[in-house]
Amino acid sequence: MTLAPENEKTPVPEGYVRLTIDGIEVDAPKGEILIRTCERLGIIVPRFCDHPLLDPAGACRQCLVEVEMGGRPMPKPQASCTMTVADGMVVKTQHTSPVADKAQQGVMELLLINHPLDCPICDKGGECPLQNQAMSSGRTDSRFVETKRTFPKPLPISSQVLLDRERCVLCQRCTRFSEQIAGDPFIDLLERGANQQIGTAEDKPFQSYFSGNTIQICPVGALTSAAYRFRSRPFDLRSTPSVCEHCSSGCAQRNDSRRGTVMRRLAGNDPEVNEEWNCDKGRFAFRYLQSKERITRPLVRDASGQLVEASWTEALRVAAQGLLAARAQRGIGVLAGGRLTVEDAYAYAKFARVAARTHDVDFRARPHSAEELEFLTTTLGTTPETGVSFAAVEAAPSVLAVGLDLEEEAGIVFLRIRKAVRKRGQKVFQLGQWTTAGARKTTATLVRSVPGAEAAVLRELAAVTDDAGKQLVDALSAPGAVILVGDRAAEVPGLHSAVAALATRTGAKVAWIPRRAGDRGALEAGAVPTLLPGGRPVTDPAARAEVERAWGLPEGSLPAAPGRSTDEIVAAAAAGDLSGLVVGGVDPHDLADPAVALAALEKVGFLVSLELHASAVTERADVVLPVAPDAQREGSYLNWEGRRRPFGVTLDASGVLPDCRVLDTLAVEMDEDLFTQTPAAAAGDLERLGRHTGSAAAPTAEPGPTPRPAQVGQAVLATWRQLVDDGSLLVDEPALAGTARPPRVRTNTATAERLGLVEGEAASVATDRGAITLQVELADLPDGVVWLPANSPGSAVRSTLGVGHGALVRVAPAGALGGAR
Amino acid sequence: MFDFFKGFGVTFSTMFKKVVTEEYPEDFPPAAPRYHGRHQLNRHPDGLEKCVGCELCAWACPADAIYVEGGDNTEEARYSPGERYGAIYQINYLRCIGCGLCIEACPTRSLTMTNFYELADDNRQDLIYTKEQLLAPLLPGMEQPPHPMRLGTDEQDYYVQGPVLARRSAAGEDVPGEPVGEQVP
Repeated sequence: MTLAPENEKTPVPEGYVRLTIDGIEVDAPKGEILIRTCERLGIIVPRFCDHPLLDPAGACRQCLVEVEMGGRPMPKPQASCTMTVADGMVVKTQHTSPVADKAQQGVMELLLINHPLDCPICDKGGECPLQNQAMSSGRTDSRFVETKRTFPKPLPISSQVLLDRERCVLCQRCTRFSEQIAGDPFIDLLERGANQQIGTAEDKPFQSYFSGNTIQICPVGALTSAAYRFRSRPFDLRSTPSVCEHCSSGCAQRNDSRRGTVMRRLAGNDPEVNEEWNCDKGRFAFRYLQSKERITRPLVRDASGQLVEASWTEALRVAAQGLLAARAQRGIGVLAGGRLTVEDAYAYAKFARVAARTHDVDFRARPHSAEELEFLTTTLGTTPETGVSFAAVEAAPSVLAVGLDLEEEAGIVFLRIRKAVRKRGQKVFQLGQWTTAGARKTTATLVRSVPGAEAAVLRELAAVTDDAGKQLVDALSAPGAVILVGDRAAEVPGLHSAVAALATRTGAKVAWIPRRAGDRGALEAGAVPTLLPGGRPVTDPAARAEVERAWGLPEGSLPAAPGRSTDEIVAAAAAGDLSGLVVGGVDPHDLADPAVALAALEKVGFLVSLELHASAVTERADVVLPVAPDAQREGSYLNWEGRRRPFGVTLDASGVLPDCRVLDTLAVEMDEDLFTQTPAAAAGDLERLGRHTGSAAAPTAEPGPTPRPAQVGQAVLATWRQLVDDGSLLVDEPALAGTARPPRVRTNTATAERLGLVEGEAASVATDRGAITLQVELADLPDGVVWLPANSPGSAVRSTLGVGHGALVRVAPAGALGGAR
Repeated sequence: MFDFFKGFGVTFSTMFKKVVTEEYPEDFPPAAPRYHGRHQLNRHPDGLEKCVGCELCAWACPADAIYVEGGDNTEEARYSPGERYGAIYQINYLRCIGCGLCIEACPTRSLTMTNFYELADDNRQDLIYTKEQLLAPLLPGMEQPPHPMRLGTDEQDYYVQGPVLARRSAAGEDVPGEPVGEQVP
């Protein structure tokens, strides 16, 4: 018998140290903090302030352990969340050391001195680290017999976040999150000693787009949400992992539901996407599910012109008949909308080609251009591995954001970039009009441009004629640099071409970050006039033949010419050149010209609407077919990285059907088969089609003329959306709406003086169609430019003014504009 | 042979013993003092509800017979002292096994059990008792909520000094009394 030689040690790997924890020898990477090493061993040390994504603080002292260094025990127990591992360290946690155990019990007794015994009315009760750890590492009784310190409670520090200072154990997770991660240090420690407390400045509420995360990471019930207050207990809730539907980041999230109602949402933990964070929109905006405006039964317009409830059979029959008649006349257009899952987008794409027999299908429910489609064709098919990912954005030495305000339009990308700026000094360039809050927090270099002239500015910089150009080109030439392009870039002619040229010149990678969750998936699924599913160009006969074979269509049945874009479909419908429209989740007020869009919806012969809520489209529709929101269905999104983000059903047996099923049945009524009965079937169908291999040429459009104010009292309008605004999925959420940034009209000092505007007073921005009146705030915009939030309360730019980014508007103090509404 | 007399002996001797059969429903004997009968949601001396909607009873219930939803007291509509009240409270007597664990779990002594045991019906819906059915009747001096706190300025007055204040209030003295705890602004 051979004996294994004893005491033969494997060498410590490079960059590691060897230490002993509770008698177990372990190798840990240098610089790791002790509590994390314990965690890897499965030894749980109680803690409150420690959070893996926040800097160590050592604030709560709950994680005390006994440490021995070089054979000499440290005189007192040490906080394992701030101490890094060292070679030869001997650590004893509460499991092996009576000293550590006693120290932890003492700390717990101290933390509980002023903690109220109000667990029965506390929202955290049942999922509270303090409750749990008081049981695991606390004594059964306290020696403290005096009266407890009390505070008036709860203190609303914003309309969404409520602070209960009595419950706080001053772990500072919330203040560290706000400072380190979100960059909104509105919340901090006040006072000293026994009166130390968390608070905000009197005139500045906790106005952060990420404030909900502090509620989730609070280890006690000190921060609670107004929306979820007293709604349920953890044991009532059924938790379902899901994916956020609000933007193209595709954050992992957890839906907690009780008796068929989503009660709250929490950020899921996905290190590759959202880490452990999400934005307040993703966290709180889900009441649209129960909105009074929800449509749950099919509606058909009767002889008297009223929409009346009908059976599915009846509604589908009427819809199919109307669409068949429309197809036989001048054809059908399909407007899919940008909030579809990949499966639904595929169903729309296939419905258009197979049932409507046209390429007139477009997902872009926003201003767009042909140049944009050319540009998107070049970014098609990228995955996190082949294109740009969150990790790549974080690792990039420099980032240029074009047509994209990171914080307002891609909150989670903003958090990643802020992390990189903070940890590694990433260089951020923002092509825009003024130093927004997001730009300030990422210490971005603002590449200032008159709205509409971004393309020209970028071209000039790329030509390296001055220092600014050199700086930008040098930064983007570093390996791994990234250019992030928002969907707003389509509003500026030539901008995509300028970006493509800059990317070619510098070697920077380009990523397209649309605002809506479904845009990227719809592009891949072929819900565009120039592309078939899988990125196949419509104009390529081989690609058409491939799709015809896969779909079982007769050869040559797919038209060879590309279809019409959203604007062209709308214009055609308004001009009477289209007899039918199938409209998904499209708000006509988001389109380039809402007036034309509404006229088109009125004019078109037959209008079928697939909708969640009563809207401007359903008002004018001939048949309204209700569809299922994400919580009541399964499916998947493609996020901006091209990463598949599948989600399951949160509320089952709801009886509502996903778009793909509705379209499938509608097509069957029209005597065509889509084979998209379920999201899984649609996904399988799309999968089998495969991808087109072939490259596309980058767009080479010329920049448009730089808009200049021609008359006195004129200015160039800059506009984009704020994260929390009047979006249709943000309805019925007053607490969230209260945390929105107040809508303001912004301009610089010189322009304000010239136009007679005074900071803090109201000013009107007007066109011939209407006027928007908001308070003036001064910012560092270029001369002769005003900025408006695109869709905030009192500032619906497209529908009120009829124009958008880069247009000329009249600006004057409120009341001075004659004839304006 | 004697078995015959032995058998009838038992029968006849029983005729002279005290009868244990209860003549229900003609005769309605009271249950034992701590009988686990129908639940009751108690009130504070001024009529406010003691229930804070904490759901601990629902948590404790082994038969899943209790359904509670909490609600937020506002200045305009106050149902209980403090921030939280039970907005929806239901006990399903088809499920309740009368174990009394809910009573033990109740942190405010809001939920207690009465001696009432006639819980039978001919349909299931009526055996799901709602908050209105379970709430204790208003005694003299009580007022139907919602109404402001009459016995003090915060919930501590109710929990710590409730009975004292109620007596004082009944005697026409000034309420509230000394503040409990040291308030930091």
